[in-house]
Amino acid sequence: MNQNTNDVVLETQHLVKRFGGITATNDVSLKIHRGARHALIGPNGAGKTTLINQLTGVSAPSEGQVLLGGRDITGLAPHKRVALGLARTFQINQLFGELTPMQSLALAASSRRDAARRWWQPLGSDTAIAEEVEALLAQFRLEAHADRITRELPYGKRRLLEIGLAVALKPRVLLLDEPAAGVPASERQDILDTVAALPEDVSVVLIEHDMDLVFSFARRMTVLVNGTVLTEGTPAEIAADPRVRAVYLGEQAHGR
Amino acid sequence: MNSPTPSVAQRLLAPARWRAWEIAAWALIWAAPIALPQHAALINEIVILALFALSLDVILGYAGIVSLGHAAFFGLGAYGAALFAKHVMPDPLVGLAVGTLLGGLLGALTSPMIVRGTDLTRLMVTMGVALVLLELANKFDDITGGADGLQGVLIGPLLGHFEFDLGARVASFYSLAVLFLAFLLLRRLVRSPLGVSLQALRDNRLRVMVLGLSVNGRLAAVYTLGAALAGAAGALLAQTTGFASLDVLEFHRSADVMTALIIGGTGWLWGGLVGAIAFKVLHDLLSAITPQYWTFWIGLILVVLMLVGRERLLSPRRWFGRRA
Repeated sequence: MNQNTNDVVLETQHLVKRFGGITATNDVSLKIHRGARHALIGPNGAGKTTLINQLTGVSAPSEGQVLLGGRDITGLAPHKRVALGLARTFQINQLFGELTPMQSLALAASSRRDAARRWWQPLGSDTAIAEEVEALLAQFRLEAHADRITRELPYGKRRLLEIGLAVALKPRVLLLDEPAAGVPASERQDILDTVAALPEDVSVVLIEHDMDLVFSFARRMTVLVNGTVLTEGTPAEIAADPRVRAVYLGEQAHGR
Repeated sequence: MNSPTPSVAQRLLAPARWRAWEIAAWALIWAAPIALPQHAALINEIVILALFALSLDVILGYAGIVSLGHAAFFGLGAYGAALFAKHVMPDPLVGLAVGTLLGGLLGALTSPMIVRGTDLTRLMVTMGVALVLLELANKFDDITGGADGLQGVLIGPLLGHFEFDLGARVASFYSLAVLFLAFLLLRRLVRSPLGVSLQALRDNRLRVMVLGLSVNGRLAAVYTLGAALAGAAGALLAQTTGFASLDVLEFHRSADVMTALIIGGTGWLWGGLVGAIAFKVLHDLLSAITPQYWTFWIGLILVVLMLVGRERLLSPRRWFGRRA
């Protein structure tokens, strides 16, 4: 894989986040390349979600910078980062319970086309957006559930919509926070398939505890422990690293 | 098998289409002042309350902003229209525009206080703003007339032809026309991408933000719109009664409009209309039966409505079934 520095789409430089006396992110410098399939792993409390929150602007770092496409976005509001091509999903679904998946996806597609401020034409009057929604519903296997209220959908379908909403933004960088979390085994394959089918040019950062998913998906991995980067490498290197084994074995020994 | 599945565009557009019952309901509403001319004054009151409730529904039902101080905008619109008629010009349409703009302006100015914070913060801030305005109106009694109210407001003929009559016939048509236009405007808005994004905001603010949409900008805009429509309602009251007093800013106005909207149902545009009709008709009926205790009954209705839930209450077959 090309490790040329021009290829870096998302980068953090010496990122630090303190909550009172606790340092949740400690001097994290990461580089995510174009088309990356990059997994971020680490035991619970390693600071993975805290890191994602700083990348997306949901929380502000205490020190350090976040760069998107070479541009410093450290102080930029979350919704403005999205316009620059950064999208995310959440570990816990963040959906619009009273809207249908079709409406939710149409809203996301409208946002990307800068059409979500239109107040005179009804949603759906834009045929380009409607076509996009149709494709997304198929891609995320939501056709049969497209007209139901989101909060009434089965969990696996809601999980698919969670990912679909981020993909509808056609991001350059997509952050997936535990996409398979809590999905019953019967619906898990849908999630794996859709994640595997993401467009090649999108850089994907995956946070996941499910090691089958991580090792089938990632081409590069970063291990985070206590807010610091323990190591980074290919899946084979990570799997062979005794320090990584110690972290995970140690955690298991403590009866996680 | 015979009928092909409607396309995504058709299904997205479906909620925006007019239903037969909606057209019939509006025909009935327009017929009301013709069929019941002796009740034109009551109809006018109902229509103004309906517009006021509709304006609250925009911010509460669609964007999820709770407010106990919506009377601030209503009152400002009322005083603005009355003072404008008294000191500048008596034309009702220009006065209505003034009241609407004043309401919207106050909404825009106070919106930074409601875009952040919890529901409790919002309840208190909105209530506080209304209280401040009430006390200001009381204090500057040389302008507002204070506790006696603003006397001698004369409103010119509507469109230069139709004099406001004592029977309130012209008034009821005038208010009805404004309500109808507001309804058409909002009906268009709530089905638009912006309107759907507001409902999304009510469901999940964080997600709206990470879809790349400005949350604060949307809240401020919808609050301003709701405030402007409340200002219009206030202006209509002042113009059609030729009077404005501290009563337009009192807390009970904010509470009544919330009650009416809750009875009619939040988050659908007919809620304000249904609620205003139910509220005023109940008021008249219950007052006729038990003049002093009407608030007892309205209170009881509210409690039952909130605890039992509207859907359950309106479908008797579910009274004894499992809770859905």
